[in-house]
Amino acid sequence: MMQIIGLSLRVTLTAVVIACVIGLPLGAVLALARFPGRGAVVVLSNALMGLPPVVAGLVVYLMLSRSGPLGSLSLLFTPGAMIIAQTLLILPIVISLTRSVLEDLWAEYHEQLRSLGASRLRAVPTLLWDGRVSLLTGVLAGFGRASAEVGAVLVVGGNIADHTRTMTTAITLETNRGNLGLAVALGIVLLTLTLMLNAAAWGAGQWARGRLG
Amino acid sequence: MGAGTPGLKPDRMITAAEPASILPLRLEDVGYAVGGKSLLSGISLRIEAGRRLMVMGANGAGKSLFLRLCHGLIDPTQGRRIWANGETRAETQAMVFQRPVLLRRSVAGNLEYPLALKGVSRAARRNAVSDTLERFGLGHMADRPARLLSGGEQQRLALARAWLMRPQVLFLDEPSSSLDPSATRAIETMIRHFSEDGITIVMSTHDLGQARRLGEDVVFLHRGGLMEHQRAVDFFAGPRTREARAFLAGDLLW
Repeated sequence: MMQIIGLSLRVTLTAVVIACVIGLPLGAVLALARFPGRGAVVVLSNALMGLPPVVAGLVVYLMLSRSGPLGSLSLLFTPGAMIIAQTLLILPIVISLTRSVLEDLWAEYHEQLRSLGASRLRAVPTLLWDGRVSLLTGVLAGFGRASAEVGAVLVVGGNIADHTRTMTTAITLETNRGNLGLAVALGIVLLTLTLMLNAAAWGAGQWARGRLG
Repeated sequence: MGAGTPGLKPDRMITAAEPASILPLRLEDVGYAVGGKSLLSGISLRIEAGRRLMVMGANGAGKSLFLRLCHGLIDPTQGRRIWANGETRAETQAMVFQRPVLLRRSVAGNLEYPLALKGVSRAARRNAVSDTLERFGLGHMADRPARLLSGGEQQRLALARAWLMRPQVLFLDEPSSSLDPSATRAIETMIRHFSEDGITIVMSTHDLGQARRLGEDVVFLHRGGLMEHQRAVDFFAGPRTREARAFLAGDLLW
């Protein structure tokens, strides 16, 4: 059971980190840059926030399956494939939230920052840092989405015991088997983790608001 | 990086008074229009070094726009803006806005930020910040989050941050219009000190008392046009235009 919990956390946390590394700069570019087609990209990233996990899993499955474009990597049914699928789920959340937080901040800051001598590019890290409290909330929302979903990890991971079995896929399996005790226990662990994480985030937010205004 | 290596930059920062003067600033038949609507037009004037210039006019006369155009936040859609050193947007200038825009970090962090933008070394930044904190009596609040200061303290911090950049000219857009009388006093005192340091002041206000207290010269705008530009004493003693007379009289009515 510890192994299942460990794998779940490892997969989801890695996916969150990757999604942030890609999504924060992309969201910032969307917030500050003006280019043709920007509106379409904004709508697309907003829409993808509601991407059904199973569909994300299917897309990654097709990419990674033996005859797919990335089939040679032999990633299907490994934790790596699960990380890719979950990154796909979290990325739109991080991008959209970053864009919206930074757009608001930019509206407030842009004259002052230009006056102080900051270029648009140089403003990006400033805005990301000053929006850190709001951005944290979004990153946690992404974490919540990824740790709760079962469709994507099931499709690309295959729910292989000791290899790609996570808390959510294990709950699905044990429920089907009629092994309700174990399913409930795992459910409680999952809920507790989510609760703890959100309590920590809320506390951090409150602290930061009191501390930073 | 750079800690303990007092190279060129610290010196440059601390004795920054020497670079070529960017003043006088000349505007030649400057206009600004958005979507075919003219917001400023036909403005020609010289802003001289070392003076305190008050930009006056009713709401919507174009005072804020005028300051932003001089400062370089917007560019004229007609005419020319010419700094004495030939730059289109001179570096050694600063602006303080009606509502101070402070970053979500400490007081000291806010002061340090523009220096970091200029690539000043960490050690030099620290020195400059502590000098500034001391000079403006902000030392006791160095570590406090800037956003949680009172309105008056925030504006004092914004002014201190502007001073720290060693501008030759400082633009202020109604810097005390949302402050109580004592905070307003504090701001005016700071502006006076800046002026004594040789910083040229260009400031909009619709507080006539303030304009009388601080102004050496007055620019009077009306509906985006320059109506008067003269010495403050002369302006208040006898405005030349009907619009300016009405503006000054309006103050007596309410």
